[in-house]
Amino acid sequence: MAVSGLVMLLYLVVHMIGNLEIYFGAGEFNAYAHWLRTVGEPFMHDEWTLWLVRVVLVAAVVAHAVSAYQLSRRDIRARPTPYVHRRRRASYATRTMRWGGIILGLFVVWHLLDLTTGTVHAGGFQPGHPYQNVVDTFSTWYGDVVYIVAMLALGLHVRHGFWSAAQTLGVGSGARDRALKTVADVLALLLTAGFIAVPVGVMTGVVSWR
Amino acid sequence: MTSYADYTTGEPVTDTKAPDGPIAECWDRRRFEAKLVNPANRRKHTVIVVGTGLAGGSAGATLAEQGYHVVQFCYQDSPRRAHSIAAQGGINAAKNYRNDGDSVHRLFHDTVKGGDFRARESNVHRLAQVSVEIIDQCVAQGVPFAREYGGLLDTRSFGGVQVSRTFYARGQTGQQLLLGAYQALSRQIAAGNVELHPRTEMLDLIVAGGRARGIVARDLVTGAISTHVADAVVLASGGYGNVFRLSTNAMNSNATAIWRAHRRGAHFANPCFTQIHPTCIPRTGDHQSKLTLMSESLRNDGRIWVPRAQGDRRPPNEIPEDERDYYLERIYPAFGNLVPRDIASRAAKNVCDEGRGVGPGGQGVYLDFADAIRRMGRKAVEARYGNLFDMYQRITDEDPYEVPMRIYPAVHYTMGGLWVDYDLQTTIPGLFAIGEANFSDHGANRLGASALMQGLADGYFVLPATVNDYLARNPHQEAVTAEHPAVQEAVAGTEDRLHLLLAVDGDRTPDSFHRELGELMWELCGMARTDAGLRKALERIPQIREEFWRRIKVPGSGEEFNQSLEKANRVVDYLELAELMCLDALHRTESCGGHFREESQTPDGEAARKDDTFSYAAAWEFTATGEAPVLHREDLAFEYVHPTRRSYA
Amino acid sequence: MKLTLRVWRQKNARADGAMATYEVDGVSPDMSFLEMLDVLNERLALDGEDPVAFDHDCREGICGACSLVINGDAHGPERTTTCQLHMRSFRDGDTIDVEPWRAAAFPVVKDLVVDRSALDRIIQAGGYVTAPTGSAPEAHATPVPKPVADQAFEHAECIGCGACVAACPNGAAMLFTSAKVNHLNVLPQGAPERETRVLDMVAQMDGEGFGGCTLTGECATACPKGIPLTSITRMNREWLRATRKASDR
Repeated sequence: MAVSGLVMLLYLVVHMIGNLEIYFGAGEFNAYAHWLRTVGEPFMHDEWTLWLVRVVLVAAVVAHAVSAYQLSRRDIRARPTPYVHRRRRASYATRTMRWGGIILGLFVVWHLLDLTTGTVHAGGFQPGHPYQNVVDTFSTWYGDVVYIVAMLALGLHVRHGFWSAAQTLGVGSGARDRALKTVADVLALLLTAGFIAVPVGVMTGVVSWR
Repeated sequence: MTSYADYTTGEPVTDTKAPDGPIAECWDRRRFEAKLVNPANRRKHTVIVVGTGLAGGSAGATLAEQGYHVVQFCYQDSPRRAHSIAAQGGINAAKNYRNDGDSVHRLFHDTVKGGDFRARESNVHRLAQVSVEIIDQCVAQGVPFAREYGGLLDTRSFGGVQVSRTFYARGQTGQQLLLGAYQALSRQIAAGNVELHPRTEMLDLIVAGGRARGIVARDLVTGAISTHVADAVVLASGGYGNVFRLSTNAMNSNATAIWRAHRRGAHFANPCFTQIHPTCIPRTGDHQSKLTLMSESLRNDGRIWVPRAQGDRRPPNEIPEDERDYYLERIYPAFGNLVPRDIASRAAKNVCDEGRGVGPGGQGVYLDFADAIRRMGRKAVEARYGNLFDMYQRITDEDPYEVPMRIYPAVHYTMGGLWVDYDLQTTIPGLFAIGEANFSDHGANRLGASALMQGLADGYFVLPATVNDYLARNPHQEAVTAEHPAVQEAVAGTEDRLHLLLAVDGDRTPDSFHRELGELMWELCGMARTDAGLRKALERIPQIREEFWRRIKVPGSGEEFNQSLEKANRVVDYLELAELMCLDALHRTESCGGHFREESQTPDGEAARKDDTFSYAAAWEFTATGEAPVLHREDLAFEYVHPTRRSYA
Repeated sequence: MKLTLRVWRQKNARADGAMATYEVDGVSPDMSFLEMLDVLNERLALDGEDPVAFDHDCREGICGACSLVINGDAHGPERTTTCQLHMRSFRDGDTIDVEPWRAAAFPVVKDLVVDRSALDRIIQAGGYVTAPTGSAPEAHATPVPKPVADQAFEHAECIGCGACVAACPNGAAMLFTSAKVNHLNVLPQGAPERETRVLDMVAQMDGEGFGGCTLTGECATACPKGIPLTSITRMNREWLRATRKASDR
């Protein structure tokens, strides 16, 4: 869980930074999207790098999901009789890991169908014109809602996930614990804010057809 | 039938099996003279060990390491919970790491003297010798003793001795030592050398052919009665302080194993020697189920006082200085608040008996840190005693930085126990008793930090050597099976007793009888004893016992987890043991150590020992319930440490 | 004080259990929680009813026997053992729910008593130093720096009560296991078995049916001895290190 989670986290950071290109206009954003397909040339053939990243990501997602499933099953089996008097005490981020993960999984499916394949895209999906596609999506209310909710879930997930991954990998210690928690908070906040900046940009008209 | 107090005197004990010659060489000689069992034959021998505290845990692990098949029992759900775990202070050892003049001989000397010259010199000397090895052993196991910045072991001085020989692990020394023994035992359980029966209580001893050959036990979960046969039986079941009901012992600590062994022929020595610890948190009401000890070190800086006037109910901080009686400082100007445990305890009892006690029920005295806080500052007091103050506050809800603590003495340890020889063998061949269960090393009074030392000395080093010798000398014992009459008789007796407890269906709970007995014992066989009081107790106890068997109520059945039945069965034995304690106290008309007879005191009110008459250990032989036992005296010779009178005035 | 208790009653391991309600009157704020149960049990016994079974022994917070979940909290609202919890932590008229530790690895024996032998088996798998009696070198042969000794002690304080398992939403025993691994692994005496210890103990823990750790931190919050959550992190580090070393061989 920790390793696959960190792989995805690394990807998300890159993805988030790339997304912010949208604030610099259609040209730059579309060029960035195009560059993604040509990274590594001439050593790598067209789209090879992209596919390599996709394969790694899929593997990470599958590993993460399978581990999560196994862990959940084990945890549920470990307490067959629940407490009659239930008490909620762990932090919100901790308690939402399982449901947050499922929400994020569903979101990724919608996100791919929306902006990669265009299957469920609102308006006319134009391959090779991601700027326009993004603006299309965030011009609908439900596109905004789904995206923002998912990104909030992402923040919570990353907040506990990053710190927890560090513990699993044995990196934390008494002295480092505060630093790790701060990094987790900052990462979660940056990612959420960075991603949400895109729909917010569209909604406020900063990002629009020009 | 004669009255219980009319005991008869039997043959004195003449052979303690201690080798002759200079005392410092005794143990080496004994070990050399011991016969050995061929290592290949050891696994064919089964040794039963009852109890998993410091003594039992260390013995079980060591016997198993030697190759014996060990079958071990504890009433707790895990061997790690034995009450040794609650010992706070530390463990003595004559390492002389401080170069402060300590030596094996000095530890030996201090222990004999501390025991008020009622212990056997040979055993005590061995204890002092072995103490050195215990520390090595425990460190090797990973016991996290306190250390100095240089990485070496730290020690402190404890219980008023003049050398710093007490090793400790914060206030949890007992816990850490026990975990060391428990882990060693766990390793042997995993290796299949120890068969552990947790939640199983020994209810009788099987004696066949004149030898201890097994036990009858009850599975506390299912209620099943089972028998276990062995070549030797080791009792490490702890002391009997719970006869008093309120004590610092664990709730389930009990005397059943040793009392049943006594009924089967093992002599019980010095039952009246009980240690009453002066600094416990007083009881708050009738609901009190146990008493909690606080480290004696508090007396180093706290001042003990009560109001001068009887019945002064003002809050302590409103009582002016000249209306307070710092009675220890007044009576013992030289030692003041640091007088030994028994003297501090008795003085507290006296002022409370005068009606000057404080707190609920007037059973308490103040231990005041106001002066210490003024002198050293609150920070320094906090650094030294912070954890104790926190514990006190949690239990009493009073802030000892603001209001003086209240303390009162409580039963803490029993020096008496099954009589054992130098080999720790009881008067039943093949039955050994170790740790607090035996009487061997502390005489009439135990020094602080010596209980842990004795438990581990017995379990790690002494018993494994002597059991080896016993088994080597008795290799082919007759086969004992479930059909053996001795086994059948023991099982039938146990089952009858349990059935009877369930069948009476009276109107009083086991705890109500325990409470009645405990209050009686505390009153009449506690800190100060008199002829009249003990005779009264000896009259009352059989009456309580009779009433018990008429009115006891135990709900449920014997074929299930039944804590009421467990308790009732333990009270049965307390009701018999208490009688022997009172008789022992009655017959010993001297004051010594923890045993204070009001008739035997100096003009200034101090304990007066009578060495001419009572320089012996009293080993009692059981005859029948409620019938006079037989006294066997083991005369004590003091060749190395010459008896002197204690003086603290 | 007068209280309403709702207590889990279960005849034995095979029977079904349910909460039963009892009124307890005349409770003093100075009573410990267990003494309050004593009062209830004395009454039940006199009425010929089965008293409530619960584990307890030293009643001074060190043996680790007591094990009640009170209003959903392992050992109740204060950070201590049940035996050191006093009734002044409650108010007159309160309704208090009392349940056993709940975990598949801790089957109920009766009422509030559970079988915690799984924890013993974890220790048996490797929670020791192999140092047979008589084999020990002189205690000062290996100095142990004070910070190391203190660290070992901090982990060795675990009383094996199982509150960590009871409090963990996943029923994991990581804190218990890590406390013993760290106690012994930081000491030079524990070094020769450093790798096998952590691997064997974790394998045993997994085999006992405890849940997996998701680092919710509930265990460390419930621990009456304050074993820190970083204990788990340290054990993870030890485990990874041992796994790496094992694959090197």
